[in-house]
Amino acid sequence: MLEIVFYILSAITLGTAFLTVYSKNPIHSAIYLVVSFFSIAGHYLLFNAQFLAMVHIIVYAGAIMVLLLFTLMLMNLNKEDEVSKPIYIKFAAVFSAGILALVLISALKTAQPEMIEYVSSNEDYQSIKVLGKVLLNEYMVPFEFASVLLLVSMIGAVLISKKEEKI
Amino acid sequence: MQSILEQVGIGNYIILSALLFCIGAFGILYRRNAIIMFMSIEIMLNAVNLLLVAFSTYHQDASGQVFVFFTMAVAAAEVAVGLAILVSIYRNIGNIDIDNLKNLKG
Repeated sequence: MLEIVFYILSAITLGTAFLTVYSKNPIHSAIYLVVSFFSIAGHYLLFNAQFLAMVHIIVYAGAIMVLLLFTLMLMNLNKEDEVSKPIYIKFAAVFSAGILALVLISALKTAQPEMIEYVSSNEDYQSIKVLGKVLLNEYMVPFEFASVLLLVSMIGAVLISKKEEKI
Repeated sequence: MQSILEQVGIGNYIILSALLFCIGAFGILYRRNAIIMFMSIEIMLNAVNLLLVAFSTYHQDASGQVFVFFTMAVAAAEVAVGLAILVSIYRNIGNIDIDNLKNLKG
C-alpha cells in the first residue's frame, strides 16, 4: 500500500520538476514547482515527519513561491519571449545532465548504504516535541545564527532593490 | 508504527533524490531565464533535503531533520537576496537573460 503511494508521489515529483524546467512560460513553471513542493511534503508525511512537512509547505509553497511569482509579475515575464539557447548547448546540457545522473546513481548504488538491515525501534525521535528539544538544546547556537542570517538577508534585499538616484 | 523504509527501502529514495538533483542541474544548464534557474536551485536543495530526511529516518536520529530546517532557512535567505539582485538587474538592462550579463567580459 505505502509502496504504491511512494511510487505515485515520486512520479509526480519527478514529472512536475521536469515540467518546471522545461515549460516555456515562467508562470506555468511556478505552478508546476508548487505541485512538486507539495508532493515532496507528501514524502515527508510518509516518513512521519510532520513538523518538516508543515514547515516545508509554509516556507516553500508559501513564502518562496509568493516571492518568485511576485518577481515574475513585476517583470512582466508571462509572455513567451525567451530566446532559447543554440542547439549544441542544449545537447551539451542534456548530455551532461545524463552523465551526472549516471555517475551519481551508479556511485550511490555501488556504495551499498543498505548494508545494515533497517529495524524500526518504537522510540520517538521525530515528533515536534523531540525536535524542539534537540533544536534548542544541541543546536542552540546555529539556531541563533539562522535568525541573524535571516535578518541580514532581509536588510540586504531591501538595500539591493532600493531605487538609487541617478548620478 | 510501521515505517515507510521497511516497505520501500532506502535505495529507492537515493535514486529519487539523485534524479531530482539531476533535473535541477539540467535546468541550470538548459535555461537562460534567471528565475527558472532559481527554481532549479530550489529543486536541487529539495533533493538534498529529501535525502537528509530519509537518512534521518533510517538512522532514527533527529539531527538530520534539524539540519533540513536550517537548509530551509538558508534557502529562504538565498531566494530573498537573489530576487533582489534580479530586480536590480532588470532595472538596469531591461531583461533577466543570463547571457546578456557580460559587462565583466571586457
